[in-house]
Amino acid sequence: MAHIVDDPVLSVEHLNMRFGGLLAVDELSFDVGRRDITALIGPNGAGKTTVFNCITGFYKPTEGRITARHETGETFLLERMDDFKIPKIAKVARTFQNIRLFGGMTVLENLMVGQHNTLMVASNYTFGGIFGLSGYKKAEKEAVELAKYWMEQAGLTKRADDAAGDLPYGDQRKLEIARSMCTKPKLLCLDEPAAGLNPRESEELNKLLLFIRKERDTGVLLIEHDMNVVMGISDHIIVLDYGKKIADGTPEEIRNDPSVIAAYLGVADEEVEEVEHEIEEGAS
Amino acid sequence: MADTESTPSRPARHLDFSKVVKDLIVTTLIATAVFGSTIAFRTVSAAGGLGLEVRYDIAFYVIAAVVIGRLLLWIFVWSKPPGTSAVEMPVSIKSGLAKVSAKVGKGFGPTMLLFALVFPFLPFTDRYLLDLSILILTYVMLGWGLNIVVGLAGLLDLGYVAFYAIGAYSYALLAQYFGFSFWMCLPLAGILAAFWGIILGFPVLRLRGDYLAIVTLAFGEIIRIVLLNWYQFTGGPDGLSGIPRPSFFGLPFNRSEGGFADFFGLDYSSIHRIMFLYFLILALALLTNFVTNRLRRLPIGRAWEALREDEIACRSLGLNTTSVKLTAFAIGAMFAGFAGSFFATRQGFISPESFTFIESALILAIVVLGGMGSQTGVVIASIAMIGGFEIFREAEQFRMLIFGLAMVIIMIWRPRGLISTRIPSIFLKEKKKVSADMVAQGEGH
Ligand SMILES: Nc1ncnc2c1ncn2[C@@H]1O[C@H](COP(=O)(O)OP(=O)(O)O)[C@@H](O)[C@H]1O
Ligand SMILES: [Mg+2]
Repeated sequence: MAHIVDDPVLSVEHLNMRFGGLLAVDELSFDVGRRDITALIGPNGAGKTTVFNCITGFYKPTEGRITARHETGETFLLERMDDFKIPKIAKVARTFQNIRLFGGMTVLENLMVGQHNTLMVASNYTFGGIFGLSGYKKAEKEAVELAKYWMEQAGLTKRADDAAGDLPYGDQRKLEIARSMCTKPKLLCLDEPAAGLNPRESEELNKLLLFIRKERDTGVLLIEHDMNVVMGISDHIIVLDYGKKIADGTPEEIRNDPSVIAAYLGVADEEVEEVEHEIEEGAS
Repeated sequence: MADTESTPSRPARHLDFSKVVKDLIVTTLIATAVFGSTIAFRTVSAAGGLGLEVRYDIAFYVIAAVVIGRLLLWIFVWSKPPGTSAVEMPVSIKSGLAKVSAKVGKGFGPTMLLFALVFPFLPFTDRYLLDLSILILTYVMLGWGLNIVVGLAGLLDLGYVAFYAIGAYSYALLAQYFGFSFWMCLPLAGILAAFWGIILGFPVLRLRGDYLAIVTLAFGEIIRIVLLNWYQFTGGPDGLSGIPRPSFFGLPFNRSEGGFADFFGLDYSSIHRIMFLYFLILALALLTNFVTNRLRRLPIGRAWEALREDEIACRSLGLNTTSVKLTAFAIGAMFAGFAGSFFATRQGFISPESFTFIESALILAIVVLGGMGSQTGVVIASIAMIGGFEIFREAEQFRMLIFGLAMVIIMIWRPRGLISTRIPSIFLKEKKKVSADMVAQGEGH
């Protein structure tokens, strides 16, 4: 039961990832729509992070094909690209399950590093920049403007000059997303962005994600545990269990899928009702 | 901590007797093992060769001093109630110190620069002091160069002296074989060192942390051993002598007509050349500092610091970390190359002996002691270390001991170096310093 996606920004086909004797991802295929929020869900150890690592080049898949498509029709075979070229050329950015910020650098500096490749070209690979050519100054000003824009969206403007490591947890999550957005991606992959957030922070995160989809023409692929987030904002959900896809569809379809409730939640029968109730709540 | 001091019902001092006795026994054993096997014996030249003098009495006094010292510590320092640390300063003093150091910090750079500029003309400056300051400035420059690699990019390089050697030999050999002048060789030496930085960097920079440190150490030694054994080309252990002295833009520093003194209508004095060398190394060091500060504000410099903070995050943002590392390595090497050719022209003679691992260790110690990434810290640490070496020259045998002790104390007192705060490379409204606990130290620390 594959969900039909008209204009996929990313297609994963027959993806397999083996670690020794463990098949962490097993014949996985799915599409991610260009302006959709797509959620990848599944119990702990289902292989979600591994899928992300394959998409973003941190792991080389054992088998399978991962294709990114731009509006221009250009395609990129991600499994053949170096990890750093995937955000740079194929424009697929990511965040990490354990936040990875440049803790000793300020919020603004973090956002500037996100624009490294643009600025490198503008500084003529440093040679122009070191002599203070005006072209670089202009590019730097633009980069600061873009950083300000994302700080505004993430609600971090007041903390622009504070060390990233000093921010509260929720702000760090948002900064990591803002920093990824500074690479101007076509697809943003978020690994459990709501993990550890309180309800208010979680609400702010939802707003940020919806804004990204609406305003920036960026597809979002997210791994999420929080049913409120998943049901509330996704257009399309893929459910993974033991590396296999067990369901793929709209939130309604997923909500009514008994195998999802049984397998994904992996709960005893008496708890199923409770969980169903939780999902119901999330949708409303 | 300050509150505990003022509470009237302060808990009484208490000593856990059995714990103290146990500790003292252990102390005695350790002290006996250390001093009983060292101080207790002394080699003397006896009639038939080398004789052994036994000095149990001296060893005994030393051991006794250690044990009594430890006992006094127990009684007066460690007996405070738990929670009150003996070395903790009251909060008010601490914040006061922070304020003072912030004020000092602001004017420090310009004051130092001004002082460095007038220093050669001060009445008390003699040849000895001038020579010493040239040495210090050489280490400041090397420290600033290594700071790019270790402090900014967070790559632990234990073979930095190799590039210093390459710079020195480049100048000496180019001058010897092609008769190039110092001013021609200076940039060439930098370029050659940077080139070798890239050549060595390619295989080495795939490694991380401790492995990187060990392999850079090995590369440093390899370069030295090549210089030592390639007799026909480098003169091997004999070194290279007769390296041309620098001229003042074509005016040699000698008594001849058309020399520097003659041209400016001064009386000839050998101090002119030393002064010139002083200003030359000052200019080179300032160039290093200027370029580094400039690079820090460019994308390349931010990429270095980002690399130190988190390499994986860098890759996820599209930074080619290999080339980021290579540029840090190459630019650091380039400044070592400049410093090396200065060293060659100043000494007039070089041999592989000047480029041993100890030099690398000394430069690294300066960077770490100064506070990694801090330009001012490097200056203070160079003055303290190189100046300290001079002050304790008298104490010969104990010099290394004092040096080691000072390092240990500073590492306890300021584990992140003398100046451990980081100044952001760009700011929106206000330049706030980043405290040391936020800043990562990169690989292998
Ligand atoms: N680098 C690796 N080496 C070996 N096994 C791994 C590696 N990365 C992930 N795995 C295994 O793959 C499975 C899926 O892990 P992961 O993708 O992190 O799950 P999820 O993110 O869904 O919780 C787990 O059993 C995990 O132990
Ligand atoms: Mg995971």
